[in-house]
Amino acid sequence: MSEIPQDGQPVGRVPLATNRDVARARKAVGAVMDEGRARPIQKTRFVTAVSEITRNAIVHGGGGVLMIYAHALPRAISVACRDEGGGIENVEEAMRDGFSTAGSLGRGLGGAKRLVDAFEIESTPGGGTTVRMMSRT
Amino acid sequence: MADTKDQLVALLNEQFDAIVEAWIATQKDEGVRRSDLFSAKETRAQTVRLLTAFRNGVAEAETGEDLDLRADEWAELRETLSDLGRERVERGMTPTEMATFVAALKSPLFHSLRERMAGSPDALIEEVWHITRIVDAFALYTTEVFIAERELVIERQRTEMLELSTPVVQLWDDILALPLIGTMDSVRAQDVMENLLEAIVERKAEIVIIDITGVQTVDTQVAQHLLRTAAAVRLMGAECVISGISPRIAQTMVQLGVDVGEVVTSGSIQNALTYAFRKVGVRIAAEETPKGSRV
Amino acid sequence: MSDAAALFHVEDVLLVSIRDDIDDTDILDLQERLSESVARRDVQGVVIDISDLEIVDTFVGRVLGQLAKIAKLLAADTYIVGMRPAVAMTLVELGMTLPEMRTALNVTQAVRRLRESR
Repeated sequence: MSEIPQDGQPVGRVPLATNRDVARARKAVGAVMDEGRARPIQKTRFVTAVSEITRNAIVHGGGGVLMIYAHALPRAISVACRDEGGGIENVEEAMRDGFSTAGSLGRGLGGAKRLVDAFEIESTPGGGTTVRMMSRT
Repeated sequence: MADTKDQLVALLNEQFDAIVEAWIATQKDEGVRRSDLFSAKETRAQTVRLLTAFRNGVAEAETGEDLDLRADEWAELRETLSDLGRERVERGMTPTEMATFVAALKSPLFHSLRERMAGSPDALIEEVWHITRIVDAFALYTTEVFIAERELVIERQRTEMLELSTPVVQLWDDILALPLIGTMDSVRAQDVMENLLEAIVERKAEIVIIDITGVQTVDTQVAQHLLRTAAAVRLMGAECVISGISPRIAQTMVQLGVDVGEVVTSGSIQNALTYAFRKVGVRIAAEETPKGSRV
Repeated sequence: MSDAAALFHVEDVLLVSIRDDIDDTDILDLQERLSESVARRDVQGVVIDISDLEIVDTFVGRVLGQLAKIAKLLAADTYIVGMRPAVAMTLVELGMTLPEMRTALNVTQAVRRLRESR
Protein backbone atom coordinates (compact mmCIF):
# COMPACT_ATOMS: atom_id res chain seq x y z
CA MET A 1 0.00 0.00 0.00
CA SER A 2 1.46 3.34 -1.05
CA GLU A 3 1.55 6.69 0.72
CA ILE A 4 -0.73 9.60 -0.06
CA PRO A 5 1.28 12.42 -1.65
CA GLN A 6 1.00 15.88 -0.11
CA ASP A 7 0.69 17.81 -3.39
CA GLY A 8 -3.10 17.49 -3.76
CA GLN A 9 -5.14 20.45 -5.00
CA PRO A 10 -8.44 20.79 -3.09
CA VAL A 11 -11.29 20.29 -5.59
CA GLY A 12 -14.27 19.76 -3.33
CA ARG A 13 -15.66 19.97 0.19
CA VAL A 14 -18.76 18.20 1.49
CA PRO A 15 -20.07 18.91 5.01
CA LEU A 16 -21.26 15.71 6.68
CA ALA A 17 -24.22 16.14 9.02
CA THR A 18 -27.21 13.96 8.05
CA ASN A 19 -27.26 10.58 6.35
CA ARG A 20 -28.33 12.29 3.10
CA ASP A 21 -24.83 13.78 3.00
CA VAL A 22 -23.40 10.31 2.31
CA ALA A 23 -25.08 10.40 -1.10
CA ARG A 24 -23.81 13.97 -1.63
CA ALA A 25 -20.27 12.88 -0.83
CA ARG A 26 -20.55 9.95 -3.28
CA LYS A 27 -21.82 12.27 -5.99
CA ALA A 28 -19.07 14.85 -5.47
CA VAL A 29 -16.27 12.26 -5.53
CA GLY A 30 -17.85 10.48 -8.51
CA ALA A 31 -17.95 13.74 -10.47
CA VAL A 32 -14.24 14.39 -9.82
CA MET A 33 -13.40 10.85 -10.97
CA ASP A 34 -15.51 11.23 -14.13
CA GLU A 35 -13.57 14.39 -14.90
CA GLY A 36 -10.31 12.47 -14.42
CA ARG A 37 -11.62 9.77 -16.77
CA ALA A 38 -11.32 7.01 -14.17
CA ARG A 39 -12.31 3.50 -15.25
CA PRO A 40 -15.73 2.31 -14.01
CA ILE A 41 -14.20 -0.27 -11.69
CA GLN A 42 -11.88 2.30 -10.10
CA LYS A 43 -14.73 4.74 -9.68
CA THR A 44 -17.06 2.18 -8.13
CA ARG A 45 -14.38 0.91 -5.73
CA PHE A 46 -13.29 4.34 -4.55
CA VAL A 47 -16.75 5.88 -4.30
CA THR A 48 -17.95 2.82 -2.36
CA ALA A 49 -15.07 3.28 0.08
CA VAL A 50 -16.00 6.99 0.40
CA SER A 51 -19.56 5.95 1.14
CA GLU A 52 -18.37 3.67 3.96
CA ILE A 53 -16.10 6.21 5.68
CA THR A 54 -18.49 9.17 5.38
CA ARG A 55 -21.36 7.14 6.82
CA ASN A 56 -19.00 6.09 9.59
CA ALA A 57 -18.18 9.75 10.33
CA ILE A 58 -21.88 10.63 10.50
CA VAL A 59 -23.14 7.60 12.45
CA HIS A 60 -20.22 7.13 14.84
CA GLY A 61 -18.43 10.49 14.67
CA GLY A 62 -21.46 12.76 14.92
CA GLY A 63 -20.70 14.45 11.59
CA GLY A 64 -17.72 16.21 10.11
CA VAL A 65 -16.38 17.19 6.71
CA LEU A 66 -15.03 15.48 3.60
CA MET A 67 -12.29 17.17 1.57
CA ILE A 68 -11.52 16.01 -1.98
CA TYR A 69 -8.09 16.48 -3.58
CA ALA A 70 -6.76 15.95 -7.11
CA HIS A 71 -3.14 14.89 -7.66
CA ALA A 72 -1.23 15.45 -10.90
CA LEU A 73 1.76 13.11 -10.82
CA PRO A 74 0.93 10.30 -10.67
CA ARG A 75 -2.68 11.08 -11.46
CA ALA A 76 -4.80 10.27 -8.43
CA ILE A 77 -7.70 11.38 -6.29
CA SER A 78 -7.65 11.46 -2.53
CA VAL A 79 -10.08 12.34 0.23
CA ALA A 80 -9.76 13.29 3.87
CA CYS A 81 -12.77 12.57 6.05
CA ARG A 82 -12.65 14.26 9.44
CA ASP A 83 -15.11 13.95 12.29
CA GLU A 84 -15.22 15.54 15.72
CA GLY A 85 -16.56 12.48 17.48
CA GLY A 86 -15.25 10.50 20.40
CA GLY A 87 -12.45 8.88 18.40
CA ILE A 88 -11.75 5.17 18.18
CA GLU A 89 -10.25 3.40 21.20
CA ASN A 90 -8.65 0.58 19.29
CA VAL A 91 -8.03 1.39 15.64
CA GLU A 92 -6.65 -2.05 14.79
CA GLU A 93 -9.75 -3.72 16.15
CA ALA A 94 -12.03 -1.27 14.31
CA MET A 95 -10.37 -2.15 11.02
CA ARG A 96 -11.26 -5.83 11.42
CA ASP A 97 -14.25 -7.15 9.49
CA GLY A 98 -17.21 -7.76 11.74
CA PHE A 99 -16.23 -5.12 14.29
CA SER A 100 -19.02 -2.76 15.15
CA THR A 101 -19.86 -0.46 18.03
CA ALA A 102 -23.34 0.58 16.98
CA GLY A 103 -25.10 -2.49 15.71
CA SER A 104 -24.03 -2.08 12.10
CA LEU A 105 -22.47 -5.07 10.41
CA GLY A 106 -19.00 -3.61 10.77
CA ARG A 107 -17.52 -4.18 7.35
CA GLY A 108 -17.11 -0.46 6.76
CA LEU A 109 -13.54 0.52 7.59
CA GLY A 110 -11.79 -2.76 6.81
CA GLY A 111 -13.78 -3.06 3.59
CA ALA A 112 -12.95 0.51 2.56
CA LYS A 113 -9.25 -0.16 3.06
CA ARG A 114 -9.36 -3.11 0.66
CA LEU A 115 -10.96 -0.97 -2.05
CA VAL A 116 -8.35 1.80 -2.24
CA ASP A 117 -4.66 2.21 -3.18
CA ALA A 118 -3.73 4.00 0.04
CA PHE A 119 -5.46 4.23 3.41
CA GLU A 120 -4.48 6.15 6.54
CA ILE A 121 -6.41 6.54 9.76
CA GLU A 122 -5.66 8.82 12.69
CA SER A 123 -7.77 8.73 15.80
CA THR A 124 -7.40 10.01 19.33
CA PRO A 125 -9.94 9.02 21.97
CA GLY A 126 -12.00 12.16 22.55
CA GLY A 127 -10.30 14.02 19.69
CA GLY A 128 -12.09 12.78 16.60
CA THR A 129 -11.02 10.62 13.68
CA THR A 130 -9.51 11.43 10.29
CA VAL A 131 -9.45 8.88 7.46
CA ARG A 132 -7.43 9.57 4.31
CA MET A 133 -7.73 7.43 1.19
CA MET A 134 -6.29 7.59 -2.32
CA SER A 135 -7.03 5.95 -5.65
CA ARG A 136 -4.95 6.26 -8.81
CA THR A 137 -7.00 7.45 -11.76
CA MET B 1 13.91 40.13 -9.40
CA ALA B 2 10.91 42.11 -10.71
CA ASP B 3 13.18 43.78 -13.26
CA THR B 4 14.44 40.55 -14.72
CA LYS B 5 10.88 39.24 -14.94
CA ASP B 6 9.69 42.38 -16.75
CA GLN B 7 12.63 42.11 -19.11
CA LEU B 8 11.73 38.53 -19.96
CA VAL B 9 8.01 39.26 -20.46
CA ALA B 10 8.84 42.23 -22.70
CA LEU B 11 11.28 40.11 -24.67
CA LEU B 12 8.73 37.33 -25.15
CA ASN B 13 6.04 39.79 -26.24
CA GLU B 14 8.11 41.87 -28.62
CA GLN B 15 10.08 39.11 -30.28
CA PHE B 16 7.56 36.28 -30.07
CA ASP B 17 7.67 35.29 -33.76
CA ALA B 18 11.44 35.53 -33.97
CA ILE B 19 11.84 33.33 -30.91
CA VAL B 20 9.46 30.74 -32.36
CA GLU B 21 11.52 30.61 -35.57
CA ALA B 22 14.79 30.42 -33.67
CA TRP B 23 13.45 27.71 -31.33
CA ILE B 24 12.38 25.57 -34.28
CA ALA B 25 15.78 26.14 -35.88
CA THR B 26 17.59 25.09 -32.68
CA GLN B 27 15.47 21.96 -32.47
CA LYS B 28 16.60 21.15 -35.96
CA ASP B 29 20.27 21.83 -35.10
CA GLU B 30 20.12 19.62 -32.04
CA GLY B 31 18.49 16.89 -34.03
CA VAL B 32 15.28 16.78 -32.01
CA ARG B 33 12.89 18.15 -34.60
CA ARG B 34 11.64 14.78 -35.70
CA SER B 35 10.52 15.57 -39.22
CA ASP B 36 9.78 11.86 -39.53
CA LEU B 37 7.19 12.15 -36.76
CA PHE B 38 5.82 15.67 -37.14
CA SER B 39 5.29 17.87 -40.21
CA ALA B 40 6.78 21.39 -40.27
CA LYS B 41 3.28 22.81 -39.85
CA GLU B 42 2.60 20.66 -36.77
CA THR B 43 5.94 21.56 -35.23
CA ARG B 44 5.24 25.26 -35.71
CA ALA B 45 1.73 25.05 -34.25
CA GLN B 46 3.03 23.12 -31.22
CA THR B 47 5.94 25.49 -30.69
CA VAL B 48 3.66 28.54 -30.85
CA ARG B 49 1.23 26.96 -28.40
CA LEU B 50 3.97 26.03 -25.98
CA LEU B 51 5.69 29.42 -26.12
CA THR B 52 2.34 31.20 -25.62
CA ALA B 53 1.65 29.12 -22.52
CA PHE B 54 5.21 29.72 -21.32
CA ARG B 55 4.89 33.50 -21.80
CA ASN B 56 1.54 33.65 -19.99
CA GLY B 57 3.00 31.63 -17.13
CA VAL B 58 6.06 33.87 -16.82
CA ALA B 59 3.84 36.98 -16.83
CA GLU B 60 1.49 35.67 -14.13
CA ALA B 61 3.48 33.39 -11.88
CA GLU B 62 6.21 33.71 -9.30
CA THR B 63 9.46 33.15 -11.23
CA GLY B 64 11.96 33.96 -8.50
CA GLU B 65 13.23 31.69 -5.73
CA ASP B 66 9.73 30.31 -5.16
CA LEU B 67 9.24 29.16 -8.72
CA ASP B 68 6.76 26.26 -8.66
CA LEU B 69 5.43 24.82 -11.88
CA ARG B 70 2.59 23.21 -9.93
CA ALA B 71 1.13 26.65 -9.10
CA ASP B 72 -2.21 27.64 -10.67
CA GLU B 73 -0.59 30.23 -12.94
CA TRP B 74 1.20 27.47 -14.82
CA ALA B 75 -1.98 25.44 -15.50
CA GLU B 76 -2.02 26.37 -19.20
CA LEU B 77 1.61 25.29 -19.65
CA ARG B 78 1.01 22.02 -17.79
CA GLU B 79 -2.02 21.23 -19.91
CA THR B 80 -0.19 22.04 -23.14
CA LEU B 81 2.72 19.84 -22.06
CA SER B 82 0.39 17.00 -21.19
CA ASP B 83 -1.22 17.14 -24.63
CA LEU B 84 2.08 17.40 -26.47
CA GLY B 85 3.62 14.71 -24.27
CA ARG B 86 0.80 12.29 -25.03
CA GLU B 87 1.13 12.89 -28.77
CA ARG B 88 4.88 12.49 -28.70
CA VAL B 89 4.77 9.31 -26.64
CA GLU B 90 2.29 7.86 -29.10
CA ARG B 91 4.61 8.67 -31.97
CA GLY B 92 7.59 7.11 -30.23
CA MET B 93 9.68 10.06 -29.06
CA THR B 94 12.14 9.40 -26.20
CA PRO B 95 12.24 11.35 -22.89
CA THR B 96 15.69 12.73 -23.81
CA GLU B 97 14.41 14.07 -27.11
CA MET B 98 11.49 15.67 -25.32
CA ALA B 99 13.67 17.33 -22.64
CA THR B 100 16.18 18.53 -25.27
CA PHE B 101 13.28 19.99 -27.21
CA VAL B 102 12.29 22.15 -24.22
CA ALA B 103 15.88 23.04 -23.29
CA ALA B 104 16.40 24.22 -26.87
CA LEU B 105 14.35 27.29 -25.92
CA LYS B 106 17.30 28.68 -23.96
CA SER B 107 19.49 29.39 -26.95
CA PRO B 108 17.13 31.78 -28.81
CA LEU B 109 16.27 33.55 -25.55
CA PHE B 110 19.96 34.09 -24.69
CA HIS B 111 20.66 35.24 -28.19
CA SER B 112 17.94 37.89 -28.13
CA LEU B 113 18.96 39.00 -24.66
CA ARG B 114 22.57 39.53 -25.66
CA GLU B 115 21.41 41.96 -28.32
CA ARG B 116 18.98 43.80 -26.06
CA MET B 117 21.18 44.02 -22.97
CA ALA B 118 24.62 44.37 -24.49
CA GLY B 119 25.14 47.57 -22.49
CA SER B 120 24.59 46.09 -19.03
CA PRO B 121 26.49 42.84 -18.51
CA ASP B 122 25.54 42.48 -14.80
CA ALA B 123 21.83 42.64 -15.56
CA LEU B 124 22.40 40.26 -18.47
CA ILE B 125 23.98 37.64 -16.20
CA GLU B 126 21.12 38.02 -13.76
CA GLU B 127 18.59 37.53 -16.54
CA VAL B 128 20.45 34.51 -17.97
CA TRP B 129 20.40 32.93 -14.51
CA HIS B 130 16.70 33.72 -14.19
CA ILE B 131 15.82 32.14 -17.55
CA THR B 132 18.04 29.11 -16.95
CA ARG B 133 16.15 28.31 -13.78
CA ILE B 134 12.72 28.62 -15.39
CA VAL B 135 13.61 26.64 -18.51
CA ASP B 136 15.36 23.93 -16.48
CA ALA B 137 12.32 23.55 -14.24
CA PHE B 138 10.22 23.47 -17.40
CA ALA B 139 12.40 20.73 -18.94
CA LEU B 140 12.40 18.69 -15.74
CA TYR B 141 8.64 18.88 -15.45
CA THR B 142 8.37 17.87 -19.10
CA THR B 143 10.35 14.72 -18.38
CA GLU B 144 8.07 13.88 -15.47
CA VAL B 145 4.95 14.36 -17.59
CA PHE B 146 6.51 12.36 -20.37
CA ILE B 147 7.33 9.44 -18.10
CA ALA B 148 3.83 9.50 -16.60
CA GLU B 149 2.38 9.37 -20.11
CA ARG B 150 4.68 6.48 -20.99
CA GLU B 151 3.53 4.57 -17.93
CA LEU B 152 -0.06 4.98 -19.11
CA VAL B 153 0.88 3.54 -22.49
CA ILE B 154 2.62 0.59 -20.83
CA GLU B 155 -0.39 -0.01 -18.60
CA ARG B 156 -2.67 0.02 -21.64
CA GLN B 157 -0.46 -2.44 -23.48
CA ARG B 158 -0.42 -4.71 -20.44
CA THR B 159 -4.22 -4.69 -20.42
CA GLU B 160 -4.32 -5.48 -24.11
CA MET B 161 -1.91 -8.39 -23.67
CA LEU B 162 -3.99 -9.69 -20.82
CA GLU B 163 -7.10 -9.65 -22.97
CA LEU B 164 -5.20 -11.71 -25.51
CA SER B 165 -4.07 -14.21 -22.91
CA THR B 166 -7.49 -14.82 -21.35
CA PRO B 167 -10.01 -15.10 -24.15
CA VAL B 168 -13.63 -15.56 -23.15
CA VAL B 169 -15.07 -18.11 -25.58
CA GLN B 170 -18.72 -18.45 -26.47
CA LEU B 171 -19.45 -22.21 -26.48
CA TRP B 172 -23.18 -22.01 -27.11
CA ASP B 173 -26.01 -19.52 -26.76
CA ASP B 174 -25.91 -18.41 -23.11
CA ILE B 175 -22.76 -20.47 -22.36
CA LEU B 176 -19.29 -18.94 -22.02
CA ALA B 177 -15.97 -20.62 -21.29
CA LEU B 178 -12.80 -19.14 -19.87
CA PRO B 179 -9.77 -21.41 -20.22
CA LEU B 180 -7.18 -20.22 -17.69
CA ILE B 181 -3.53 -20.85 -18.49
CA GLY B 182 -0.35 -20.20 -16.51
CA THR B 183 -0.10 -18.55 -13.11
CA MET B 184 -2.71 -16.46 -11.32
CA ASP B 185 -1.51 -13.55 -9.24
CA SER B 186 -3.85 -11.04 -7.60
CA VAL B 187 -3.57 -8.44 -10.35
CA ARG B 188 -4.20 -10.96 -13.07
CA ALA B 189 -7.08 -12.54 -11.16
CA GLN B 190 -8.69 -9.11 -10.82
CA ASP B 191 -8.37 -8.43 -14.56
CA VAL B 192 -9.60 -11.88 -15.50
CA MET B 193 -12.66 -11.36 -13.30
CA GLU B 194 -13.35 -7.98 -14.86
CA ASN B 195 -13.08 -9.37 -18.41
CA LEU B 196 -15.36 -12.25 -17.62
CA LEU B 197 -18.04 -10.10 -15.98
CA GLU B 198 -18.03 -7.67 -18.90
CA ALA B 199 -18.45 -10.63 -21.28
CA ILE B 200 -21.43 -11.88 -19.28
CA VAL B 201 -23.21 -8.55 -19.73
CA GLU B 202 -22.27 -8.27 -23.41
CA ARG B 203 -23.36 -11.78 -24.39
CA LYS B 204 -26.16 -12.24 -21.86
CA ALA B 205 -24.61 -15.49 -20.65
CA GLU B 206 -26.36 -17.72 -18.14
CA ILE B 207 -23.53 -20.12 -17.46
CA VAL B 208 -19.79 -19.60 -17.34
CA ILE B 209 -17.31 -22.48 -17.33
CA ILE B 210 -13.91 -21.59 -15.90
CA ASP B 211 -11.49 -24.32 -16.96
CA ILE B 212 -8.34 -24.52 -14.85
CA THR B 213 -6.69 -27.47 -16.65
CA GLY B 214 -3.88 -25.14 -17.71
CA VAL B 215 -3.28 -23.51 -14.33
CA GLN B 216 0.08 -24.60 -12.94
CA THR B 217 -0.56 -24.47 -9.23
CA VAL B 218 -3.68 -23.97 -7.20
CA ASP B 219 -2.80 -22.67 -3.76
CA THR B 220 -5.12 -21.08 -1.20
CA GLN B 221 -4.82 -17.70 -2.89
CA VAL B 222 -5.69 -18.97 -6.36
CA ALA B 223 -8.60 -20.94 -4.90
CA GLN B 224 -9.83 -17.78 -3.16
CA HIS B 225 -9.65 -15.87 -6.44
CA LEU B 226 -11.67 -18.55 -8.20
CA LEU B 227 -14.33 -18.62 -5.50
CA ARG B 228 -14.58 -14.83 -5.47
CA THR B 229 -14.97 -14.83 -9.23
CA ALA B 230 -17.75 -17.40 -8.87
CA ALA B 231 -19.43 -15.20 -6.23
CA ALA B 232 -19.25 -12.14 -8.50
CA VAL B 233 -20.61 -14.15 -11.45
CA ARG B 234 -23.56 -15.19 -9.30
CA LEU B 235 -24.22 -11.59 -8.25
CA MET B 236 -24.43 -10.66 -11.91
CA GLY B 237 -27.16 -13.26 -12.38
CA ALA B 238 -25.19 -16.05 -14.06
CA GLU B 239 -23.82 -19.35 -12.76
CA CYS B 240 -20.20 -20.40 -12.58
CA VAL B 241 -18.86 -23.94 -13.07
CA ILE B 242 -15.20 -24.65 -12.38
CA SER B 243 -13.82 -27.49 -14.49
CA GLY B 244 -10.45 -29.11 -15.05
CA ILE B 245 -9.83 -29.94 -11.41
CA SER B 246 -7.26 -32.73 -11.56
CA PRO B 247 -7.04 -35.37 -8.79
CA ARG B 248 -3.83 -33.72 -7.62
CA ILE B 249 -5.45 -30.28 -7.40
CA ALA B 250 -8.48 -31.78 -5.66
CA GLN B 251 -6.15 -33.26 -3.03
CA THR B 252 -4.35 -29.95 -2.55
CA MET B 253 -7.61 -28.08 -2.18
CA VAL B 254 -8.84 -30.47 0.48
CA GLN B 255 -5.53 -30.31 2.34
CA LEU B 256 -5.65 -26.51 2.23
CA GLY B 257 -9.14 -26.63 3.65
CA VAL B 258 -10.67 -24.80 0.69
CA ASP B 259 -14.45 -25.01 0.80
CA VAL B 260 -16.00 -24.47 -2.63
CA GLY B 261 -19.43 -24.05 -1.04
CA GLU B 262 -22.21 -24.09 -3.60
CA VAL B 263 -19.97 -23.62 -6.62
CA VAL B 264 -20.38 -26.49 -9.09
CA THR B 265 -17.08 -28.16 -9.92
CA SER B 266 -16.13 -30.92 -12.32
CA GLY B 267 -13.10 -32.85 -13.43
CA SER B 268 -13.49 -32.50 -17.15
CA ILE B 269 -14.79 -29.72 -19.34
CA GLN B 270 -17.09 -32.30 -21.02
CA ASN B 271 -18.94 -32.87 -17.76
CA ALA B 272 -19.12 -29.14 -17.16
CA LEU B 273 -20.54 -28.60 -20.63
CA THR B 274 -23.11 -31.38 -20.18
CA TYR B 275 -24.20 -29.71 -16.95
CA ALA B 276 -24.38 -26.33 -18.71
CA PHE B 277 -26.46 -27.74 -21.59
CA ARG B 278 -28.91 -29.23 -19.12
CA LYS B 279 -29.19 -25.89 -17.32
CA VAL B 280 -30.00 -23.92 -20.48
CA GLY B 281 -32.32 -26.66 -21.77
CA VAL B 282 -30.25 -28.05 -24.64
CA ARG B 283 -30.17 -31.79 -25.28
CA ILE B 284 -27.35 -33.52 -27.10
CA ALA B 285 -28.23 -36.92 -28.57
CA ALA B 286 -26.40 -39.32 -30.87
CA GLU B 287 -27.92 -39.85 -34.32
CA GLU B 288 -30.33 -42.72 -34.15
CA THR B 289 -29.03 -44.68 -37.13
CA PRO B 290 -25.40 -45.68 -36.73
CA LYS B 291 -23.42 -44.53 -39.78
CA GLY B 292 -22.00 -47.97 -40.49
CA SER B 293 -25.42 -49.53 -41.11
CA ARG B 294 -26.15 -47.41 -44.12
CA VAL B 295 -25.67 -49.15 -47.46
CA MET C 1 -40.32 9.67 -0.28
CA SER C 2 -38.54 11.00 -3.34
CA ASP C 3 -38.72 9.30 -6.71
CA ALA C 4 -35.38 7.56 -6.12
CA ALA C 5 -37.20 4.21 -6.35
CA ALA C 6 -40.26 3.21 -8.35
CA LEU C 7 -42.58 0.26 -7.67
CA PHE C 8 -44.75 -1.43 -10.31
CA HIS C 9 -47.10 -4.38 -10.03
CA VAL C 10 -47.08 -6.65 -13.07
CA GLU C 11 -49.52 -9.51 -12.44
CA ASP C 12 -48.19 -11.19 -9.30
CA VAL C 13 -44.69 -9.74 -9.56
CA LEU C 14 -43.54 -6.57 -7.86
CA LEU C 15 -40.95 -4.71 -9.94
CA VAL C 16 -38.69 -2.23 -8.18
CA SER C 17 -36.40 0.13 -10.03
CA ILE C 18 -33.78 1.98 -8.01
CA ARG C 19 -32.14 5.18 -9.24
CA ASP C 20 -28.49 6.02 -8.76
CA ASP C 21 -29.05 9.03 -6.50
CA ILE C 22 -30.89 7.01 -3.84
CA ASP C 23 -29.75 7.90 -0.32
CA ASP C 24 -29.88 6.09 3.02
CA THR C 25 -33.23 7.60 4.02
CA ASP C 26 -34.83 6.71 0.67
CA ILE C 27 -33.71 3.10 0.86
CA LEU C 28 -35.09 2.65 4.36
CA ASP C 29 -38.39 4.13 3.11
CA LEU C 30 -38.26 1.68 0.22
CA GLN C 31 -37.86 -1.24 2.62
CA GLU C 32 -41.01 -0.14 4.42
CA ARG C 33 -43.06 0.47 1.27
CA LEU C 34 -41.97 -2.79 -0.26
CA SER C 35 -42.84 -4.89 2.80
CA GLU C 36 -46.33 -3.37 2.84
CA SER C 37 -46.82 -3.94 -0.89
CA VAL C 38 -45.77 -7.58 -0.67
CA ALA C 39 -48.05 -8.23 2.28
CA ARG C 40 -51.08 -6.34 0.91
CA ARG C 41 -51.20 -7.90 -2.52
CA ASP C 42 -50.62 -11.50 -3.29
CA VAL C 43 -47.10 -11.07 -4.61
CA GLN C 44 -45.16 -14.19 -5.64
CA GLY C 45 -41.91 -12.50 -6.47
CA VAL C 46 -40.02 -9.25 -6.10
CA VAL C 47 -37.60 -8.14 -8.83
CA ILE C 48 -35.25 -5.31 -7.91
CA ASP C 49 -33.51 -3.67 -10.86
CA ILE C 50 -30.23 -2.05 -9.78
CA SER C 51 -28.75 -1.52 -13.26
CA ASP C 52 -28.70 2.23 -12.62
CA LEU C 53 -26.58 1.88 -9.47
CA GLU C 54 -22.86 2.57 -9.77
CA ILE C 55 -22.40 2.02 -6.04
CA VAL C 56 -23.73 -0.59 -3.65
CA ASP C 57 -22.04 -0.23 -0.29
CA THR C 58 -22.41 -2.39 2.82
CA PHE C 59 -25.40 -0.37 4.02
CA VAL C 60 -27.39 -0.74 0.81
CA GLY C 61 -26.27 -4.37 0.50
CA ARG C 62 -27.50 -5.09 4.00
CA VAL C 63 -30.87 -3.38 3.44
CA LEU C 64 -31.34 -5.33 0.20
CA GLY C 65 -30.56 -8.56 2.05
CA GLN C 66 -33.09 -7.72 4.76
CA LEU C 67 -35.65 -6.94 2.06
CA ALA C 68 -35.19 -10.42 0.64
CA LYS C 69 -35.60 -11.98 4.07
CA ILE C 70 -38.78 -10.01 4.77
CA ALA C 71 -40.21 -10.97 1.36
CA LYS C 72 -39.35 -14.62 2.06
CA LEU C 73 -41.32 -14.50 5.33
CA LEU C 74 -44.24 -13.18 3.28
CA ALA C 75 -43.79 -16.07 0.81
CA ALA C 76 -42.16 -14.19 -2.06
CA ASP C 77 -38.77 -14.76 -3.72
CA THR C 78 -36.56 -11.76 -4.34
CA TYR C 79 -34.40 -11.34 -7.44
CA ILE C 80 -31.77 -8.69 -7.81
CA VAL C 81 -31.10 -7.93 -11.47
CA GLY C 82 -28.80 -5.85 -13.63
CA MET C 83 -25.88 -5.57 -11.24
CA ARG C 84 -22.92 -3.93 -12.97
CA PRO C 85 -19.60 -5.82 -13.12
CA ALA C 86 -17.82 -3.14 -11.08
CA VAL C 87 -20.50 -3.34 -8.39
CA ALA C 88 -20.31 -7.17 -8.26
CA MET C 89 -16.52 -7.09 -7.88
CA THR C 90 -16.68 -4.43 -5.18
CA LEU C 91 -19.34 -6.28 -3.18
CA VAL C 92 -17.32 -9.50 -3.27
CA GLU C 93 -14.31 -7.56 -2.04
CA LEU C 94 -16.42 -6.22 0.82
CA GLY C 95 -17.39 -9.80 1.68
CA MET C 96 -21.05 -9.21 0.76
CA THR C 97 -22.22 -12.02 -1.47
CA LEU C 98 -25.96 -11.55 -0.74
CA PRO C 99 -26.72 -15.27 -0.30
CA GLU C 100 -30.32 -14.51 0.67
CA MET C 101 -31.12 -13.13 -2.78
CA ARG C 102 -31.62 -14.76 -6.13
CA THR C 103 -29.95 -13.06 -9.08
CA ALA C 104 -30.62 -12.63 -12.80
CA LEU C 105 -29.09 -10.66 -15.64
CA ASN C 106 -32.22 -8.64 -16.36
CA VAL C 107 -35.91 -8.31 -15.52
CA THR C 108 -37.06 -10.66 -18.30
CA GLN C 109 -34.78 -13.45 -17.11
CA ALA C 110 -35.85 -12.96 -13.49
CA VAL C 111 -39.56 -13.12 -14.36
CA ARG C 112 -38.94 -16.28 -16.44
CA ARG C 113 -37.11 -17.92 -13.54
CA LEU C 114 -39.89 -16.96 -11.15
CA ARG C 115 -42.43 -18.62 -13.46
CA GLU C 116 -40.27 -21.75 -13.87
CA SER C 117 -39.77 -22.21 -10.14
CA ARG C 118 -43.49 -22.26 -9.51
